[in-house]
Amino acid sequence: MSAGEKPRVVVVGAGPAGIRAAETLVAGGLTPVVIDEGERAGGQIYRRPPQGFTRSPETLYGSEAAKAVALHQTFDTLAAVGRIVHHARSSVVAIADGRLQVLDGAGSRWVPYDRLILATGAMDRVMPVPGWENAGVYGLGAMQIALKAQGAALGRCIVLAGSGPLLTLLAVQLLKAGGQVAAVLDTASMRQQLRGFSGLSARPLFALRGLMMRRRLAGIYHAGVRLDRIEADERGPVAVLWRDEAGRSQRTPCDAVGLGWHLRAETRLADLAGCDFAYDETWRQWLPKADAMGWAASGVYLAGDGLRILGADGAEIAGRLAAAACLQDLGLQAPDMAADRRRLARFGRFARGVAAAFPWPAETAAGLPDETVVCRCEGVTAGELRKTVDFGGGEVNRAKSLGRTGMGRCQGRYCELAAAEIVAGSAGYADAVAAGRLRGQAPVRPAPISALIQDAATGG
Amino acid sequence: MNMAASAGAGRLVRLAEVDRVPLRFFLDGAERQALTGDTVLSAVLSVASALRRSEFGPEARAGFCLMGACQDCWIWQENGPRLRACSTPLAEGMRLLSGAPGDWP
Repeated sequence: MSAGEKPRVVVVGAGPAGIRAAETLVAGGLTPVVIDEGERAGGQIYRRPPQGFTRSPETLYGSEAAKAVALHQTFDTLAAVGRIVHHARSSVVAIADGRLQVLDGAGSRWVPYDRLILATGAMDRVMPVPGWENAGVYGLGAMQIALKAQGAALGRCIVLAGSGPLLTLLAVQLLKAGGQVAAVLDTASMRQQLRGFSGLSARPLFALRGLMMRRRLAGIYHAGVRLDRIEADERGPVAVLWRDEAGRSQRTPCDAVGLGWHLRAETRLADLAGCDFAYDETWRQWLPKADAMGWAASGVYLAGDGLRILGADGAEIAGRLAAAACLQDLGLQAPDMAADRRRLARFGRFARGVAAAFPWPAETAAGLPDETVVCRCEGVTAGELRKTVDFGGGEVNRAKSLGRTGMGRCQGRYCELAAAEIVAGSAGYADAVAAGRLRGQAPVRPAPISALIQDAATGG
Repeated sequence: MNMAASAGAGRLVRLAEVDRVPLRFFLDGAERQALTGDTVLSAVLSVASALRRSEFGPEARAGFCLMGACQDCWIWQENGPRLRACSTPLAEGMRLLSGAPGDWP
């Protein structure tokens, strides 16, 4: 940056964290660049349908409608007057030498930055279930996106399975919209859910809303379930086979299945940006390390679910904190963040309550039958993965080289956590942490060769 | 009118926003109808049960995450380039294929 020029701050992600970060930077006198994969700002939880759709914010976002509208308006207003430079439908695929490689419809280009705020969000955390590779099995988040952004259900008769707040929320949303939900299968027992209650009471209103929603699922909601198999024909799922809390076998006919065990953080760019990682025992996943404001590495700040899975309200706060830290480091006027830091700490207690109430069923992974597909991209089975342990000493990067889990086009996003549990189980480790963490590799999204050739030709 | 129900073969069920302007596209050469604002994924799954076959197994593929993270929803176009169906808006006259074009090795 030359004298007199404003520092170039780039925000990646335009969900609740990215929007609040950008707003805070604007208030500090900067003109941030916001790069986002969505068509319109909002992120996943406050995702907006395309222009021309007519459902009200109340229909789309329920009790969170006011928050969603406020975020959308904040962003649109600042972008319209040029205080935010918005690159929509653009993916950051690599980071090198203070520049981001960005892919959009037109190809690849490099965007320089002085400071970087990563607000990359989260995705469904998935445990393989035998048969989950079939067409018609989706993440819970996917089913919510179809409903919100397209007004559609991804099946005529749906079984939702997994655990976490989204399981209950999505079931209620689908029913309200006229969808048919045959069963809601929660792998968390009522005893586990009560164990998280002291943490959940950090946000009593939120917890109460969850309980009220649960009441609307009477008759189809089952706690303490074990998932045996998704039965499918060539079209897709025909039934979910499961066992109830008493161990009795059950079969629920369906034509679509939604799976999800809360969320996993999207951390690939943080990895490329040089952030350190630590295994988080609460969330049973590797998360980037950052201080209380979100500073993670030289010139790099993290915010939102990509750093700590605190949900949308927590993400808004974390976005403001990261931007304030960035402004401070640039010697610019930053707002006082003491109150936000206290609120974020409370959200942290709540999140730990959620994690305890709706645990990741780690022990299920070790018991998956050998023929279960673990890597959905390339059809690698649990048995093939277990065989790599004899050659690789039980480490996930070795398992990737030998068995290809994590080498497919999702780059391990949907198999890595289960694969680490399986590798750890086979190697006799007590915990998945001992199996290590998959190293991030650029490009973090598949890039067409034409974009890379063009990039080489222009000296990028 | 519920297009998917009348078509019978679709996986996707339209629950709302059905009064949008119709759009025409082609799937494996056959003319199909979808709605303005549909993603390629919504359009195809409103008339078919899958986007393509898996390259590594016997099963079909119909997307998984719908947010650009899993890359399960890639679909062929007649003119060669593939599209990520979940994040590509359908355009009038798009020509899509459930299998690779003929000259693909």
